[in-house]
Amino acid sequence: MMLSGWGRYPRIDTKLSAPRNIEALRKKVLKGYAIARGNGRSYGDSAISAQNTIHMKHFNRMLAFDTQHGQLVAEAGVLLADIISTFLPRGWFPFVTPGTKFVTLGGMIAADVHGKNHHKDGSFAQYVDWIEILTCEGEIQRCSLNENLELFEWTLGGMGLTGIVIRAAIRLRPINSAWIKQSTLVAKNISQTIELFEQSHDASYSVAWIDCLQHGKSLGRSLVMLGEHAEAESIPLKHKKQPLQLPFKRKLRIPIKFPSWALNSLSVRAFNAFYYWNGKRNHQKKLVDLDSYFFPLDTIIGWNKIYGRRGFAQFQCVLPIKNSNDGLRALLSATANAGAGSFLAVLKRLGTQKSRFSFPMEGYTLALDFPINRKTLALMEQLDRITVQHGGHFYLAKDSRMSREIFQKSESRVSDYLSYRTDQVSSKVFESAQSKRLGL
Amino acid sequence: MNNILILGAHSDIAIAVAHRFAEAGYQIQLAARNINNLAADKSDIELRHQVNVTLHEFDALDTTSHSYFVEQLTILPNITVCAVGYMGVQAENEREIKEASLVIRSNYEGPVSILSVLANCFEARGCGCLVGISSVAGERGRASNYVYGSAKAGFTAFLSGLRNRLAKKGVHVVTVLPGFVTTKMTEGMDLPKKLTAQPKEVANAIFNAVQKKQNIIYTRPVWRFIMIIIRNIPEQIFKRLKL
Repeated sequence: MMLSGWGRYPRIDTKLSAPRNIEALRKKVLKGYAIARGNGRSYGDSAISAQNTIHMKHFNRMLAFDTQHGQLVAEAGVLLADIISTFLPRGWFPFVTPGTKFVTLGGMIAADVHGKNHHKDGSFAQYVDWIEILTCEGEIQRCSLNENLELFEWTLGGMGLTGIVIRAAIRLRPINSAWIKQSTLVAKNISQTIELFEQSHDASYSVAWIDCLQHGKSLGRSLVMLGEHAEAESIPLKHKKQPLQLPFKRKLRIPIKFPSWALNSLSVRAFNAFYYWNGKRNHQKKLVDLDSYFFPLDTIIGWNKIYGRRGFAQFQCVLPIKNSNDGLRALLSATANAGAGSFLAVLKRLGTQKSRFSFPMEGYTLALDFPINRKTLALMEQLDRITVQHGGHFYLAKDSRMSREIFQKSESRVSDYLSYRTDQVSSKVFESAQSKRLGL
Repeated sequence: MNNILILGAHSDIAIAVAHRFAEAGYQIQLAARNINNLAADKSDIELRHQVNVTLHEFDALDTTSHSYFVEQLTILPNITVCAVGYMGVQAENEREIKEASLVIRSNYEGPVSILSVLANCFEARGCGCLVGISSVAGERGRASNYVYGSAKAGFTAFLSGLRNRLAKKGVHVVTVLPGFVTTKMTEGMDLPKKLTAQPKEVANAIFNAVQKKQNIIYTRPVWRFIMIIIRNIPEQIFKRLKL
């Protein structure tokens, strides 16, 4: 059957199965060329293998919760949305959440996701106590900081190429309310944006939305949004009685045949201008519920369809801190000059991270969305080169189109991963369309 | 405290039903063969909904054990959902009487036996609700699955009779005719998307039917019309159709 990631590009003909128990799963894995798939929210081809894609939807059960330490044990196919809806009312929330809650536990581990608090709390990996993984030999191995350390480290951020995550234990943090105190700061250009981030290291959460159609002096003008967990006393009166309850929100559904012309440079420009103006107008502090703050796009079901039939790609790179200013300038100029405005442009300061193969490193990460067409594909290749020139690298959970050459140039860690995979023979058993494309 | 017993708990619909009732605060009793395989589902339901789940070894085909099975339940449930069933392969059912017999016993004899025991207990108590998951396949025999269909037809008739008998005794009976559902049973079949329900939808429909005391429910309303048409095609034409 034809399968694609969240970006709906590329579409790959694959054999898809959904085993119901460990025995069936093991049989599938031992056929080789296997990759696990969670909820299909990686943008490109990282959770697809042409010969053997294994859907983990039947491994979706929560197994234990330790109320003393906030430790949750769950199967890999459990959705973050379910973890939140189960534990938020009891006063617990994940330490790290990506931009959508429709991801699985296994997917978050494989991509070692980060959130708006990376500068302070690090990536998802820091809150994983142990992982049980079905390895290339068909055995289940538990790995953690205390046992099978190498397997543990390569699995976190290893894009599913070390084996199939079956179960894991993660830690949740205690919280007092389902609300975030948000303050919005206005930055007139990229230097100001960076300055604001550098002054906001103490903020629990920080992220910037960039109006990427601006040139010259206004290049990189943005709204920098900071957030803190709100105490129960400070939340809106009508929600005070149930501080851990999320307010009800109507969901918007994008029709299947959303016309691709609706998203043109004019409408994108108008949207960006409006968003900036609106942010500037209400930049005072306000209270936002957790859902709206962490997962703003989740209320629009199927928003990936607004880019039309051909799908879209997300470009996300991280630049080392010392080259961030120059690199971001170059990336944003190239985007603005191409006139291919991105509907969503998000900038985030990342903190330090030591890991085998995870995406985050100290510096700035920029994410841009583009509909797939000849012009934007050429632009993204240009952005690839700028990133490599500035010593940056790319987020594989988002990638769907990078060339092998660019990838190998950007990642000094590839050879170590390859030699680990070859030692473990996992390179013969696990493979994704992405790992094949990139030579991983 | 509200309590529900779910028979044939390995089925996807059964687990979805358990989640739906647990969400509403019901205590859950899951009954099936090899209950150890339900340990993960037990902890999942308990964690998500903060209710108590108990597991009970139950063999629908071992009809002599059914009275004892009900006796040893510590709580006689308010509601029982019977999700026991087995489709088999039609071609084998035609060749092997042993296979056909297994299908008939799984879909008719077993469910009838256990529901009869429970019906008597509910009748004596004067309240309760019995839910039987039958099938649209039982509405009219078709070449592609008539052994399964005929057993379900029997089960549907049994439920209708039971409802008739217990109507004045405070016990309600719901017949569920789910239509196509994405489950273990239909895995690998190419089903039309608009007609195919998710187990969650079936569970919601059952939950509502129990609350509103509905008698016969189809999960997706369109099935009611499809079945009116299928039931009313003259046999002269029907026998030539490939359905």
